[in-house]
Amino acid sequence: MSTIVFFVAAIGAIAGAIGVVALRNPFYSVLALVGHLLSLAALFLLLRAEFVAAAQVVVYAGAVMVLYLFVVSYIGGGATQLTPGGAPLRAVAGGAVLALFAELAIAVLGSGLKAIDSDGAPYVSGFGTPAQIGEALLTKFLFPFEVASLLLLVAAVGAVVLARRRAGTTLGDEPEDATRWITPRSLFTGTMAEAVGGPHRAQTQPEPVEELRS
Amino acid sequence: MSIAWYLVVSALIFCIGAGGVLVRRNPLVILLCLELMLNAANLALIGFSRMHGNSDGQIFALIVMVVAACEVTVGLGLIVAIFRRRLPIDVDELRELQG
Repeated sequence: MSTIVFFVAAIGAIAGAIGVVALRNPFYSVLALVGHLLSLAALFLLLRAEFVAAAQVVVYAGAVMVLYLFVVSYIGGGATQLTPGGAPLRAVAGGAVLALFAELAIAVLGSGLKAIDSDGAPYVSGFGTPAQIGEALLTKFLFPFEVASLLLLVAAVGAVVLARRRAGTTLGDEPEDATRWITPRSLFTGTMAEAVGGPHRAQTQPEPVEELRS
Repeated sequence: MSIAWYLVVSALIFCIGAGGVLVRRNPLVILLCLELMLNAANLALIGFSRMHGNSDGQIFALIVMVVAACEVTVGLGLIVAIFRRRLPIDVDELRELQG
C-alpha cells in the first residue's frame, strides 16, 4: 500500500515540477506548483513527518501560493518565451542539468550510509507529531526559532518598503500634490443650493496656484 | 520504500528546478523554480530525519520553509517594484547590474 502511495505521490511531484518549468503561462506554473506541493506533502506523510506535511499544505500550498497568484494576476502573467537564446542555450542548460543529476545520483547510490537502503529507523510513537516538534522548537531550537521569526518580520517590512508606491518614479506620474486632498469643508455636507451652483457654492477643488506651478 | 527512493525523487526535483532557473526568463517563474529546489532539499532532509529516527531534520525543514517564505516575500516585492516602474519583467532585459 505504501509503495503505491509513494509512486503516485512521487509521479505527481515530478509532474508538477515539470509543469512549473514547462508551462508558458506563469498562472498555470503556480497551479502546477500547488499540485507539486500537495504531492510532496503526501511524501512527507509517508516519511512520518506529520506536522511538516500539515504546515506544507496550510502555509505553503495555501498562503504562499495565494501570494504568488495575487502577484501574477497583478502584473498580468502573459505567456512568455521559454528560452532566452533558443536551442543552443537550451541544450547547454539540459547538459548542465543532466550532469547535476548524474552527480547527485552517484552521491546517493554510492554513499556509504548503510541505512539508506532500509525503511528507516524503527518507528517510535510520537515521532514527528506537533507535540514533539513544538517541544523541540521551544527547548532545543529556541534560538533558531526566534531568529526565524525575526527574519520573517524583516522580510515583511522589506517587502512593504520595496513595493510601496513612490511619487515620481514612473514617467507618467504627476508630482505629489498634497493640496489636492484639502477641501474647505467636509465632503457631502453642502446644501442643495450649492449643489446646483447657487451663490454660496462650495469650493471643493481649490484653484490651482499658477505662481507655484510655473 | 527505502530512503534511497526518496532521495532519488528529491534529486530529480532539484534538477528540474535548476533547469528551470537556467532556462526561464520570467523572474516570477524563476522564483517558482527556486521553490522547487528548496522543496527538494526539504524532502531530502525529512528523508534523512526518518532514516535516523531523529526529528531534528524536520525542524531544519521547517526553518527552510520560513526562509523560503521570506525569499518569496522580498522577491515578489521586487517584481511589483519592477512592474511599477514599467520595466520589462524579463531577466534578460534587466541587466544593468551585470557589470
